[in-house]
Amino acid sequence: MAVEKKVAAGGRGAHQKWRVLTCKVGLDGHDRGVKVVSRALRDAGVEVIYAGLRQTPEMVVEAAIQEDVDAIGVSLHSGAHMTLIPRILELLKERDASEIIVFGGGIIPEDDALELKRLGVAEIFGPGTSLQAIVEFVNRGFQQAA
Amino acid sequence: MGPGYTAGVSYDESEMNLAGDLLAGDVRALARAISLAEDRDPQATALVAELQAHTGRAHLVGVTGSPGGGKSTLVDALVRVIRERGRTVGVIAVDPSSPFTGGAVLGDRVRMSRHTLDKGVFIRSMGARGHLGGLAAATREAIHLLDASGRDVIVVETVGVGQSELEISSLCDTVVLVLMPESGDAVQSIKAGILEIADVYVVNKADLSGAEKARRLIQDAVAMAPKKPWQPPILLASAVKEEGIGPVWEAIESHRAFLRQSGGLEERRRERLKQEVIALVAESAREDARRAVEGDTPVGRLLRDNRNGRLNPYSLAADVRAMRPARGAEN
Amino acid sequence: MAVRKKSSREEWEEQSQAGKQPARGRGRTISGMPIEPLYTPDDLRGWSYEEKLGYPGHFPYTRGVYHSMYRGRPWTIRQFAGYGTAEETNRRYKFLLSQGQAGLSVAFDMPTLMGYDSDDPLSRGEVGHCGVAIDSLEDMETLFGGIRLDTITTSMTINSPAAILYAMYIAVGEKSGVKPAQLGGTLQNDILKEYIAQKEYIFPPEPSMRLVVDTIVFAAREMPRWNPVSISGYHIREAGSTAIQELAFTLADGMAYVEATIKAGMPVDDFAPRLSFFFDSHIDFFEEIAKFRAARRLWAHIMRDRYQAKDPRSWILRFHTQTAGVSLTRQQVENNISRTAYEALAAVLGGTQSLHTNSMDEVLALPTERAAQIALRTQQVLAHETGVTETIDPLAGSYYLEHLTDEMERGARRYFERVDEQGGVLACIENGFFQREIADAAFEFERQLEANERIVVGVNAYQEKEGSPVPTLKIGRETEQGQVRRVKAVRERRDNTSVQNRLVELKVAARGSQNLMPALIDCVRAYATEGEIMAALKEVFGVYREPILF
Repeated sequence: MAVEKKVAAGGRGAHQKWRVLTCKVGLDGHDRGVKVVSRALRDAGVEVIYAGLRQTPEMVVEAAIQEDVDAIGVSLHSGAHMTLIPRILELLKERDASEIIVFGGGIIPEDDALELKRLGVAEIFGPGTSLQAIVEFVNRGFQQAA
Repeated sequence: MGPGYTAGVSYDESEMNLAGDLLAGDVRALARAISLAEDRDPQATALVAELQAHTGRAHLVGVTGSPGGGKSTLVDALVRVIRERGRTVGVIAVDPSSPFTGGAVLGDRVRMSRHTLDKGVFIRSMGARGHLGGLAAATREAIHLLDASGRDVIVVETVGVGQSELEISSLCDTVVLVLMPESGDAVQSIKAGILEIADVYVVNKADLSGAEKARRLIQDAVAMAPKKPWQPPILLASAVKEEGIGPVWEAIESHRAFLRQSGGLEERRRERLKQEVIALVAESAREDARRAVEGDTPVGRLLRDNRNGRLNPYSLAADVRAMRPARGAEN
Repeated sequence: MAVRKKSSREEWEEQSQAGKQPARGRGRTISGMPIEPLYTPDDLRGWSYEEKLGYPGHFPYTRGVYHSMYRGRPWTIRQFAGYGTAEETNRRYKFLLSQGQAGLSVAFDMPTLMGYDSDDPLSRGEVGHCGVAIDSLEDMETLFGGIRLDTITTSMTINSPAAILYAMYIAVGEKSGVKPAQLGGTLQNDILKEYIAQKEYIFPPEPSMRLVVDTIVFAAREMPRWNPVSISGYHIREAGSTAIQELAFTLADGMAYVEATIKAGMPVDDFAPRLSFFFDSHIDFFEEIAKFRAARRLWAHIMRDRYQAKDPRSWILRFHTQTAGVSLTRQQVENNISRTAYEALAAVLGGTQSLHTNSMDEVLALPTERAAQIALRTQQVLAHETGVTETIDPLAGSYYLEHLTDEMERGARRYFERVDEQGGVLACIENGFFQREIADAAFEFERQLEANERIVVGVNAYQEKEGSPVPTLKIGRETEQGQVRRVKAVRERRDNTSVQNRLVELKVAARGSQNLMPALIDCVRAYATEGEIMAALKEVFGVYREPILF
């Protein structure tokens, strides 16, 4: 089922389609999750810009701005999430692009996930999250579940 | 302000600011403008129209070829060469969208990752969004916007399926066709008449065994085709090893120089302008037709209530053409 | 007219279909192989014990690589560990050695695995997180401080920069009076699977293969107790492949290394006995056991028939196993203890030489001490209480298992043909063959889970409301800061001219074709840092950009 135009969900701009940048930050190469999620988002009607492995926060934010995305999905497995994700949020703020939503996945312990959400991350999807949950998140306009 | 804006959008997208910021080199303005073009938002058309005076400078290079040929890797290598020569670049990478879901995984940017932080390079990924021929409708406008923003070279990369080779030649000054060494690829291109379109041939993955054979095949085919003023060079390269890329860029530059001298550049521009006018008219006519047959119109109602399939599409089309909805009414 | 009496089989078939009930369960292994409700001698028609199994320690080694297997000596418990600073890890090693463990296993942090010094901007946030940070020989000396290297064996899990860490280990040995020939251990050093699955690659495939061959040749000549490569299927499986793919791609990689080393001029029997393997043990019980047995049989035939190895030790596939990280769930983590136990049982019934059992909380972070201890005890219960070690290859002769073993072998051979058709392993890596197969298998796996065609307890069945977060291990920021200070101090203290000269010599050697190990050992002795050595090699070899595939 294709995702309906974001206008209905109160999208950020007048985009016809959701545009999401997916990427891995950190030095490791576990890309199974980010690739599976990218495919699932595509199947849900999203335009996914896959930015690849070993992206730095600076690269992620620059690419997100050039691609004018609605959201950034970051996958992390190396334990550096408390350094790298806040840095992404910080850079978005510096570039006046804080309306780009950030969500994360991978190996992120629950207490860290809570802290990241407090800092402004929309959602953290731990291991075992169903693809359906992620698609529903997109359908809600990248808002957390009620 | 168009539909769909919510409170809290921090970027002021009024037409005047976008144009000014874009001309001043603001990356976000450029990115937002391209999005408007992708959405077929009337603001985009107005913006492009306003920026017309600032276009016409950039060298427009199209890169096409069948999937798996290594186009993105080649474009990545070309960007490096272009940057070494001190020019700025804009890349538009078009990938097919799923005809069923409308979504897409746009996986060209990832191959150009090393240029992300280079201020002289702007990369934009676009989904074809169901556009017939494979090139996004907004590609034209994106090219204009990148041109107006001051990029010296604009590279449009697309998958060569269906008619997109033709389309790309109508959008660009120089068309580069990228082929793989398996002889099948070269033969198919020759059969499909692509020879008419390409200005530079690159046999990529030149380290593989069929490379020289493919080159000869194309050479023979070119030799047999009617002689044209520009003889397209056929180059071997390995994009992944970054070998042979300098000569590819030089060939592209030679072609541009040739066009300038021969008046070909002007001719292409004229042709492009013509095609663009046709495309714009066709697009809006298509949109009108769609609204007519899907909306609450006499024709629309007739089609929806149709039970016995006896309607005549030709007379209905004539009816639609005669209808002509007023401009600006309930968009 | 006499009515033929129904055979028992026919009777059973009728009864089992009575009421036309649909089959429960999947009817397929987790890798998609069909499973019949029943296996009988009919399924093994034409099957020969001598040909298919033989005896333990005898060709084709299906039943085990050694004559007495666990009756002689149990598998080695080798729990992968390492975190933080070399000092902390050194303390942990000394503790483990005092508890009687004679095999050490080194896990390195991501910056070390990727060839970056701890003070490199790209290392930010990752120093000491999933392993120990090693920037120079000094860290290595600290790591093994007070430990006689000739009294232990060490397994180092590192790939792209493996030759450098190998050189450091050798240098540590030499400095404490232990000759290279006395050193025993294993280097993972399996670069091909990085391109296929784990993606911790740095250089392009060809120069990477050259480095691996250099280490194999060096070990064959100088270090008879050292296993220079641990050809790995674990990462391939964890990336989402099926069991057959894991088996096939791993052995294909092995063949690529054998061929490359033979091409470099080494007779096969000079190095093949020291090649070792590393497999996953996943949750589909019988499929895994079949996989291990098929692996041994396949490799024996490959080495004897394809590469004409004459020494029986070249025919033997020895392997380490790790239970499947990817089968663990975040929900109800205690269930992971059961999963790990079943997977460990499969590995032991499959004849593994050494085993690592995952801790239950590994899906969240590095294991806590309590979780690590349970994982260790799991193996001890298995070894001492279950009795499965009392006889060798106890499941041999099972109609199901032998059928499955044969199917595994068949499936792997089909893949070998496809790889050969495409021009070999390197060609397949370049055209993305392995990556596509794995991506498709991973997506299918996920789809089955989503569609509830596959049940995972706690995830899509028997769910519970989420409790409070399980306490996890945290690495503080001080580790990174301390390490940054240390590496900067090393750069100041050492003779920098000497370092520069060694690096230049390394580059010269790299451009040529001589074995790089001596030059690398010289570099590490001079206290060149890992990052500096990698940078020098990157200048010569370039970096790899992978074909992106979905």
